[in-house]
Amino acid sequence: MNTIQLDNQGRLKHFLGIEGLRRDLLLSILNVAKSFITVDAQVVKKVPLLRGKTIVNLFFEPSTRTRTTFELAAKRLSADVLNFNISTSSTSKGETLIDMLRNLEAMHCDTFVVRHEAAGAVHFIAQHVSPSIHIINAGDGWHEHPTQAMLDMYTILQCKGKFNHLKVAIVGDILHSRVARSDIHALSILGVSEIRVIAPKTLLPFGVEHLGVKVFNHLRTGLTDVDVVIMLRLQRERMQSALLPSAHEYFQYYGLTEEMLEVIDSSAIIMHPGPINRGVEIASEVADGSRSVILQQVTNGIAVRMAIMAMTLGVIGEG
Amino acid sequence: MSINYIDMLLLSLSDRLNLCFSPTQRQDLGMIGIHTGGVWVAERLHHLLKLPQPLGQLNIAFYRDDFTRIGLHPHVTPTTLPFSVENRPIILVDDVIYSGRTIRAALNEIFDYGRPASISLAVLIDRNGRELPIQPDFIGCSLALASNKHIKLCGPHPLFLDIRTLHNEHDTT
Repeated sequence: MNTIQLDNQGRLKHFLGIEGLRRDLLLSILNVAKSFITVDAQVVKKVPLLRGKTIVNLFFEPSTRTRTTFELAAKRLSADVLNFNISTSSTSKGETLIDMLRNLEAMHCDTFVVRHEAAGAVHFIAQHVSPSIHIINAGDGWHEHPTQAMLDMYTILQCKGKFNHLKVAIVGDILHSRVARSDIHALSILGVSEIRVIAPKTLLPFGVEHLGVKVFNHLRTGLTDVDVVIMLRLQRERMQSALLPSAHEYFQYYGLTEEMLEVIDSSAIIMHPGPINRGVEIASEVADGSRSVILQQVTNGIAVRMAIMAMTLGVIGEG
Repeated sequence: MSINYIDMLLLSLSDRLNLCFSPTQRQDLGMIGIHTGGVWVAERLHHLLKLPQPLGQLNIAFYRDDFTRIGLHPHVTPTTLPFSVENRPIILVDDVIYSGRTIRAALNEIFDYGRPASISLAVLIDRNGRELPIQPDFIGCSLALASNKHIKLCGPHPLFLDIRTLHNEHDTT
């Protein structure tokens, strides 16, 4: 994937996935994002970096938060933004994906931010667009959600100041979670000391231990002494078979409650990529509690997406 | 050029700023250095003038006009303006003024933080080769250099000037 993500000088051309990216590149993204945080302090919350560029949000799957933060990020960089909600667009009239891309290219757009329900679809699009177009993955199937992982890494760095010596637990529906996959790759590249996944066996992908994680099936044991807890949403819409008896029972065993927090340090942080299912994977008192950085993640998402858009577009397409 | 020469230029710059701004005006004065060399010059001027307002730092990376040609530098130091620019007299400080494009970008960025009462420009070195109608108000020294010469302030301790001959004729100062 790296050969397509990077240009011949090793700079980001597309941002399709975390897997295989260099540590210094991830740190560069975090550093550039840090400088974009200050744009919030301006009276005019905009910088002219991408003036005259057009960014297309191409969402084949519904999303509110991710699409909105991408839109806000693009607007803060002074780019023009088009939003395509594909369910109401021409693919429902029989147009193929490639034809649709050709049409958008003909409108001289510069970046496509793509979310698709099929893993690998974003990669496929990156291979088939003209060389002047940049592609950013906003989530593809169960595969990756790299901008979410980068905003998670930014939030961890902001709260903890470092990555080494950190124990990070990812809890919940690992099987269906592209966030978990991207987070595991990012945490491992950035060198945290331990990555744990905590889930019932039915919600763990086959061979997950090969990703360099410690697997726990018991929540309390898995959470002991961790510095960062990343809760995942139970993706019931992706569950075609009976993986769980009921949401209620899931909460009993894997829901993050105040009582469960007793085994972690008071300085530990609780994260969630959203949208949260209160009373399913996380109790309201925890989601709204002092250790929760869930809303901080949303704010950081804008600066991180600004950094990724600016870094990919700053490189002139070779072709 | 020796270190003493730079100190001399800084002293003469601060003397002229002292003459132009009364002690009452200096109470409100906001000094902003442009990253990197401009911040070094501004730190010294700020100290010499004993300005009560903290020093501001501007990074114009997001306001450059050559972004699509050179891309983003991976290590951007964030802009920090520890005072409100709204209705405040501002002194903008840079090490070298050449084309004037950096100052154009800096002015745009400052206005995104508010509407200052005034902006004056102080530079250590004014070299020929302006591409925009921007002139400094306070100058350490003026130099006439051939277009293939590149001048750069190195520092921060000590400050010294480095002049070299470029083989590629591109300078964005």
